[in-house]
Amino acid sequence: MQTHLTRRGLLLGIPFALSASALSAGLFSQTIPDDLDLALRRSTDASLYTVEIAPVDPSVRLGKMHAWTLGLTDKRGRPVESARIAISGGMPQHGHGLPTAPAVTQTLGEGRFLIEGMKFNMRGWWEIDLTIDGPSGTDAITFNFIL
Amino acid sequence: MRRTLHALPVVAVGAIVLAIGATDPVAWNEEELAVVRSLSLDELPPLPADPSNRVADDPRAVRLGKAFFFDTRFSSNGQVACATCHQPDRQFQDDRALSLGVGRTNRRAMPIAGMAYSPFLFWDGRKDSLWAQALGPLESAVEHGGDRTQYAHVVSAHHAEAYTEVFGPLPRLDTLPPHAGPVSDPIAAAAWGSMDGADQLAVNDVFANIGKAIAAYERTILPPETRFDAWIASAAFPKPGLLTEDEIAGLRLFIGEAGCINCHNGPLLTDNHFHNTGVPAVAGLPDDRGRVAGSAQVLDDPFNCLGPYSDANPVDCTELRFMAPAGEEMLRAFKTPSLRGVASRSPYMHAGQIETLDQVIVHYSAAQRAPEGLSELRPLNLDETQRRYLGAFLASLDPIQ
Ligand code: HEC
Ligand code: HEC
Ligand SMILES: [Cu+2]
Repeated sequence: MQTHLTRRGLLLGIPFALSASALSAGLFSQTIPDDLDLALRRSTDASLYTVEIAPVDPSVRLGKMHAWTLGLTDKRGRPVESARIAISGGMPQHGHGLPTAPAVTQTLGEGRFLIEGMKFNMRGWWEIDLTIDGPSGTDAITFNFIL
Repeated sequence: MRRTLHALPVVAVGAIVLAIGATDPVAWNEEELAVVRSLSLDELPPLPADPSNRVADDPRAVRLGKAFFFDTRFSSNGQVACATCHQPDRQFQDDRALSLGVGRTNRRAMPIAGMAYSPFLFWDGRKDSLWAQALGPLESAVEHGGDRTQYAHVVSAHHAEAYTEVFGPLPRLDTLPPHAGPVSDPIAAAAWGSMDGADQLAVNDVFANIGKAIAAYERTILPPETRFDAWIASAAFPKPGLLTEDEIAGLRLFIGEAGCINCHNGPLLTDNHFHNTGVPAVAGLPDDRGRVAGSAQVLDDPFNCLGPYSDANPVDCTELRFMAPAGEEMLRAFKTPSLRGVASRSPYMHAGQIETLDQVIVHYSAAQRAPEGLSELRPLNLDETQRRYLGAFLASLDPIQ
């Protein structure tokens, strides 16, 4: 839940002039920064792992519970068979977290894992934060996803 | 988080550009059109299955549940039925800030149409199915005011045949106390405590089945078509026709600058989630913590999807299994209501705090601080014309007469 509070804190920290502008940004802005990295296969922050995530059903629908697969490889590209993976996230422009608490429910083998319980209850820019605690150590990555 | 900080100035500039750039009131881009269509009743998917209720789609259960819904014998004073507060000719609500059953409730009655699509029920989501929900008011001292053995006796005396057809034979009830249940009434509670475990379980089964039949009926209550839906389906769409220019300008605000669509989305105009929107507390009512309390209660509820009275395979209880834990964010967060029919069912909010739609829009424009927790809203500072447009749009969500 730490990340949710941080997001909220950030929003509240927007300078007064900004939040009081005729049409306030933040919650009500539909404008998504155009330089977002939308790649769903990326290397973790400290480059310990490469993570690839994909929705099981590629047409992710608003408000529907759905599952994702996660592929995990180490620095040398070898599949990581066992890791503790924590999932959180939220909407940075709205200051709230995920509406559900997704979790890895299955190890599919060859470095692949099943994440269940994902839901997006709004359109817009979502961050998916993963923390990976595996054989090479603990590392994190934030994916961007636009619904 | 650094990424977020970088992003904010970009967002701000974007918003200002949007604000300055005059928009043609008629032209919509493809993305906007798609968003508008996503609000249409035509986009409502088929009813989601309820694996926790094996009779959810059994027409005999629908008939039985409908009879239960209107039967005032399911109450301590013989005068209260579900329909007392959920009146079919009033969008299944009662036009009151707080409802009157055997006593007075601390929240406003919610309309029922389309709620089979909602994973969590009540303003705080303390129930995870329509059938588990129905059991709440039956045992509430201020709503129906009765108890479990009383209701089992009512079923046996007045609905035995229809019940048996749907659920199989009733258990033997003649040796059981007339009033017993885990309720606040001390006599009924004591009688329940002295019943043996097997009898309690048998009565609990009947009680849960009452809920399952009512839920089967409630699944058939869907929102009627509105002028807004008819406009989207019309040849004029997206030009004015069944909707006026003002109403369309309101729609544009709703899905754009005013950001209403963030929470009021999809064909039912709700994201089925919980938000603190800074709605004031009501003096004299108990402190209401909203979803923070509701998420704990639904996990503890013996009638939830994972409990012994559920017909679901536990793996199918995805909403409960992956329910977000009650964090700070959920303090005084309440369920986003559907906005279908909203203009003709004041008062508004979870305890009827706001009298008129105009005042609701002022509430969103000002975005005052929450009495507790943090409001997700930011001031919109809408001018009078914008407020009028939004109000006009909301009125287009009324059923076609
Ligand atoms: C005394 C008035 C009263 C009676 C009687 C009553 N309700 Fe309600 N109903 C309410 C109130 C008030 C709420 C909101 C309560 C809350 O959130 O705590 C509500 C909420 C609901 C909801 C939740 C809808 C949603 O969007 O989450 C459903 C469904 C519902 N009632 C069905 C029923 C059924 C079925 C019965 C009969 C077994 C019934 N009610 C009896 C007043 C009543
Ligand atoms: C952050 C989510 C969110 C946003 C954004 C939002 N709403 Fe709401 N809306 C809610 C919630 C939650 C409630 C119920 C709050 C309560 O009772 O405490 C609500 C209640 C309402 C109601 C009262 C409905 C009823 O049955 O009581 C109306 C009308 C309404 N909203 C219209 C709007 C309009 C118009 C906008 C845009 C200006 C908007 N909402 C933006 C979440 C939101
Ligand atoms: Cu959001």
